[in-house]
Order: sequence, then C-alpha cells, then structure tokens
Amino acid sequence: MDDVTTGEPLIVLDSVNKWFGPLHVLDDVSLSVGRGEVVVVIGPSGSGKSTLCRAINRLEPINSGTITFDGQPLPAEGKPLAKLRSEVGMVFQSFNLFAHKTILENVTLGPIKVRKEKPAAARERGLALLDRVGIANQADKFPAQLSGGQQQRVAIARALAMQPKAMLFDEPTSALDPEMVGEVLDVMTSLASDGMTMVVVTHEMGFARHAANRVIFMADGQLVEDAPPAEFFANPRSERARDFLSKILTH
Amino acid sequence: MNVLIDKFDVFAGGFWLTLQICILAAIGALILGGVVAVLRISPVPPLRALGTGYVNVFRNMPLTVVMFFAAFGLPALGSNADFLRIPVIDSLFTRLGTDLPYFRFALIALVLYTAAFVCEALRSGVNAVSPGQAEAARSLGLTFGQNLRYVVLPQSWKASIVPLGSVIIAMIKNSALVGFFGVVGDLSQTADQLTSAEGYAFVPVAIGISIGYLIMTVPLGALLDRIEKRQAVAR
Repeated sequence: MDDVTTGEPLIVLDSVNKWFGPLHVLDDVSLSVGRGEVVVVIGPSGSGKSTLCRAINRLEPINSGTITFDGQPLPAEGKPLAKLRSEVGMVFQSFNLFAHKTILENVTLGPIKVRKEKPAAARERGLALLDRVGIANQADKFPAQLSGGQQQRVAIARALAMQPKAMLFDEPTSALDPEMVGEVLDVMTSLASDGMTMVVVTHEMGFARHAANRVIFMADGQLVEDAPPAEFFANPRSERARDFLSKILTH
Repeated sequence: MNVLIDKFDVFAGGFWLTLQICILAAIGALILGGVVAVLRISPVPPLRALGTGYVNVFRNMPLTVVMFFAAFGLPALGSNADFLRIPVIDSLFTRLGTDLPYFRFALIALVLYTAAFVCEALRSGVNAVSPGQAEAARSLGLTFGQNLRYVVLPQSWKASIVPLGSVIIAMIKNSALVGFFGVVGDLSQTADQLTSAEGYAFVPVAIGISIGYLIMTVPLGALLDRIEKRQAVAR
C-alpha cells in the first residue's frame, strides 16, 4: 500500500477558509491528496472534518482559498459543477439512498441520466457492482427494506457506478449498528487496495491504521497533523492529538 | 322553499358556471403555482427573489383587490385578455370565448391569487423530503432540473397533496367573488339575481347556493381524507 502513484496530486486544497456565521469551521486548511492515495481524516466532533470532506465536491461552498480537482479549480455552479460532482463519489453518514427507487434504480440513475448510458448497459454494470458489494440478490427491493450496513454498501455501489476519480466518505459507519460496521469497512478496504483515491472521515481507528496512506488530524477547524498512520498512532506530535487518542484508545 | 324547485334550472346553470371557473382556475393555478415554486427553490438568487416577490404580493393582497386590478386594470391597459380564448378549450368552456371579458378577468385574478398558495403548498412538500436526498442527487452530478424531476418531486407530491386540496377548496369558495366583478350567472351572482331582482326570500336561495358549493367541496374534502389515511398506513 506504499506504492502510491506519484505525479500531479488529484485533490489540492490551498488556504481554505470557511465560516458558519462567527464559527471558523475551516481555518486556513491546505492539503493535497495524490492519485490512488487513501487519506483518513480524524478529529473530535466539531473539528471541521465533515465540512472539509463536503467542501471537496462543493456541497459546502468555501469563503476563501482554492480547491482544485484533477488540475481544475472547482466550478462555482451549474453544469460544470454537476460534471465535477459526477467524477467524485460521495458516501454519506445517513446513506441517503433514494427512498422511492429500488436498489438497482438507485445505482443506475446517475449513469443513465448523467452519463447518458443505455439503460440495459447501466443495469448490467449496476448488478455487477451490487454483486461486488455483496447485495446483488436485493436489487429489486427498496432501501427501507435493507439493513443499515446493506444500505451503505448500496450507497458505495451507487457512487462507484459513476466511475469516479475519487471517493469521499463522510463518517460512513457512524450511523450503523456495531455488527454492520465490518461489512462496510471490508468494502472500503477492498476499494483502497484497488487503488481508488479516497478521503475518509471516520472514527474507525482500525481502518485508519491498516488502510490509510496518511492520517489527517483536525481540531477547531485546523489541520493539526498529517502523518502516515503508524507514525501518527505511535507518536503523535501535537498535544491535541495525544489528548484525542488517549480518550478514544483507552476503552 | 319553492324557489329551489321552481328555479332549479337557474341554480343548475349557476353551479355549472362556477364549476367551469373552478376547473379552469385550478388548472391555471396549479401550473402557475408549480412554476413559482420552482423559482422559489431555484439555486439562482434572482429567480428565487422573483418567486418570493410573487408569493409576497399575491398571498398578502385581498382577493377583492386582485379582482379589481384584473377587472379595471386590464381594460385600462387595453387588454381584454383575449389570449385566454384558447381554441378547443373555449368551445368546452364557452364563457372563455364570449365578447364580454369579465369571465376571463375573474379567471386571471383567481389564478394569480391561488397560485401563490399552490406554490407554498408544493414547497411544503419539497421541504418534507429529507435534504440528504437532494444532496445525494447533486453529488451524483444531477442538474437542478434532473434533481427535481427524478428525486425530489416524486417524493414531495405525497406531502403536498393534502395542503394543495385545502388550497383548491378555498379557491372554490373564493370564486363566489366573481359575481361581483361582472360575471353573470355563477352560483353567487345567481343568489343576488333571485333575491334582489326577482324578490325571492333570501334564506331558501342561500340554502340552494350553499348546496351547490357543498357538492363541489365536500367530495374533494372526503377524497383528501382518504389520501391522508392511505399515507398514514404507508408510513
């Protein structure tokens, strides 16, 4: 997993600032993510890590600084923004599967409507993706009929169906029952080892340890540490990170 | 009470005309209200402002005043609202095509006024859809229009339908005003005609026209109740 592709980074944030009213949620954050790299973002709640993740596909607009994806600055809106988003997969904490569509329709909507693929081809690829995440036999059910872990795996398949250049995960396992966390992390681990570029906001330290190339630690909107996982967990440099780790790792 | 039997044809005619106004106004208000609702939730700020301005004006102005503007303002601008003489439709709803423009003026006023409420009913439905649905659609790269069409609206109409029904019932009752703005022969103007001009006692006539309105509104209300119950089960 150390054979990260070199060359121009895929995602670059440069001096990004964002405020929610008086709250400085992203405080001069700079970060670059290389192609094929898996970056795990951790930190206490309210530290800005979800906002960081959502800023990368502009679900949250930023107040200053620049974000570039694949060499292009993020478009402000309209068709160019829609096109950019189609190249960045996003997985949410609350799954957000389309409640009125079947599992297979959830996976094929983007390819058919955005990529203008033929429905038959999109269905075939959709089924293959559902098979990959282990739920091909549920294709005709509705999201509410599936467990949380299954829904989240469908959400991953839905994002992958767009053949994205990168995947963003915004606390993908935080809303899951403990026994379902593993099945989602397995899918994410296999994606990581296939070379997908991933930015993962999570509290799963096990995943950070074994799947990440880098761990980013955020606190109070600032990017406090950026280190390989082994180094970060064994020897955090900042007081904030040591404090955070001591709280979560003692139990 | 003989008036109800003796003048049955007058009541029936009034009912038919009011029904025509209501059908046309409901169609117009649903279309215009839909457009205004799309403006109000659009990502483009000037369009949002336009939609919000529309709702603020027409939701907060008395219908009587809107009727005045239509009945006196349009002729002052030199318009007889002839664009409403739509072929085929005007042979179905003959008053649309007559030379006296008051039916068309009243219709315009009723549509403009009701559309503001339709917009808000539709928007309440859109707000009932969890924001995560639209966010997921956006992050797949769906445009605003695709997002509405494939993700948000198919889920929002269920939550809109009951408030929309209330808006339409209110509109049917509001249509009673048109008789005072030159429309001859609708239910409410029929009452005026029978009592003031022909000297019938007021109460029996009022009972007659009330029955006319209830025939339109009560079934609509019952239908809404059924829809609401079905939704409760589906949940």
